[in-house]
Amino acid sequence: MDDPITRSLPPGAPAAQSLPADEGPAFEVQDFSLWYGPRQALIDVSIRIAARRVTAIIGPSGCGKSTFLRALNRMHELTPGTKIVGSLKLFGDDLYGPGVDPAYVRRRVGMVFQKSNPFPTMSIAENVTVGMRLNGVRDRAFLKQRLEESLQMAALWDEVKDSLSRPGISLSGGQQQRLCIARALAVQPEVLLMDEPCSALDPIATAKVEELIQSLRERYTVVIVTHNMQQAARCSDQTAFFYLGKLVEFGDTRNIFMNPSNPQTEAYVSGRFG
Amino acid sequence: MTDALACRPTPGYARWRAWKSKGMTVLLGLCAIAVAAPLFLVIYFLVHEGASALDWSFFTQLPKPTGEAGGGMAHAIVGTLVLLAMAACVGVPVGVMGGIYLAEYGSDRTSYWTRFAADVLNGVPSIVWGMVAWAMLVVPFKTFSAYAGGVALGLMMIPLVMRTTEEVLILVPQSYREAALALGIERWKIVLVIVVKTAMKGIVTGVLVALARVAGETAPLLFTALGNNFWSGNLSEPIAALPLQIFSYAISPYDDWHRQAWAGALVLMLLILSLNLLVRFLSRGKSTT
Repeated sequence: MDDPITRSLPPGAPAAQSLPADEGPAFEVQDFSLWYGPRQALIDVSIRIAARRVTAIIGPSGCGKSTFLRALNRMHELTPGTKIVGSLKLFGDDLYGPGVDPAYVRRRVGMVFQKSNPFPTMSIAENVTVGMRLNGVRDRAFLKQRLEESLQMAALWDEVKDSLSRPGISLSGGQQQRLCIARALAVQPEVLLMDEPCSALDPIATAKVEELIQSLRERYTVVIVTHNMQQAARCSDQTAFFYLGKLVEFGDTRNIFMNPSNPQTEAYVSGRFG
Repeated sequence: MTDALACRPTPGYARWRAWKSKGMTVLLGLCAIAVAAPLFLVIYFLVHEGASALDWSFFTQLPKPTGEAGGGMAHAIVGTLVLLAMAACVGVPVGVMGGIYLAEYGSDRTSYWTRFAADVLNGVPSIVWGMVAWAMLVVPFKTFSAYAGGVALGLMMIPLVMRTTEEVLILVPQSYREAALALGIERWKIVLVIVVKTAMKGIVTGVLVALARVAGETAPLLFTALGNNFWSGNLSEPIAALPLQIFSYAISPYDDWHRQAWAGALVLMLLILSLNLLVRFLSRGKSTT
């Protein structure tokens, strides 16, 4: 497998209007369970998350959706006392296999958080390139090119191209979140995980980020956890509904919202609980 | 519940309460004055007694032999700066790295005991640090030396720097560590480039506070650096320091030396005051991070 850091992007790939061709699953999760100490947070989850699609994960608070997302790039391991059982593969590679470095997993599977968190000591440009620089990329021309590409992809370039040396935290909340997306994209992950990326944003900034998620589908597999069901309906291709640590229903977003087969899903998406 | 009017105080009681409130306010004001007054008294006496002996030659000349007027403490001022530099070489790397261990790597148990040890060491009388350095460096090498003095002060700095470093590192939000981890960056790089850099101002502040604290120490230097009356270019020989010079001049029987001791104390206090002002200046914008 070639290194996702140094692999170059096809420059200026044309915007595809239609859904990219089905390339099979990005993630293959089989009988995956997770415990925080004695408490089981995920129970026998099996799911195939399609490549180059936007997959939304919905469910009431405490249903395990964020835990599941963090398990996809092993971020849950920051919490002491976790234990997992089952298998989780990304394009056929076991992410929990023996000797697999979590740092390597996270380079392939990037993440954007609920609250924007640009590094306060760094400029806008430094924030975007820090992942590459700390992973050993020295070539200045390459860094500069990737800086522009990443900010373009995050739909932030036009707003910041004249102020790249200003501190990252001088931007507005919505811009900061797009800066964090650019930062995650700059290391060229194969998958982008988003943990309620819009919950701290106003409606206009939310619309921009949702538009951005749509455009990312051309190159990336996106998995987004959201509390906002309209958001899931608007910007995802497939939707997974979690409840009490179990995957209750998974399918095309249209089906989940219009014609759910499980009564719990039906109750949740129609707003009767959660 | 009784009638609301029944709860209203009688005029006599209201007067008593107002009087009591005034009395307490005055008492608190007196306490505040009692706390602040010594500082101003110290500054007043130092300036009053020391300013007259403070001239250019005080900063440029060596002490004159007994009975001769004039002379200065240039060697002691330089000696204190040399000792502080050596103390920083010992105390800053060990203290900062220990703080990083406590905040980023230590398990609950090891951190607890390291923290406990640091807190105990912070309370150890400073003369004990002098004895430690004496036993480590003076006895085996059979000579008092600047090294021994610097190490004594440096050992004192370690727990101070360690605890402040730990405290400011813990203040760096977890979300920055998570963001960096999600970029696939190795842990040690995150600690160095993201966490420590974010907390840099606080770490520097902690180092300066520790330096200001040990700058005025006399006891750890008494039988390590020892002090002398001339320029010393060799760090393996005794070296002068302001607190030592003040001490030996103050217990001397000569009026001229007494005045010089006052002036030395004034200079030492100004040195520490300027370190503290620097700390104030640095920690001004700290809440923005």
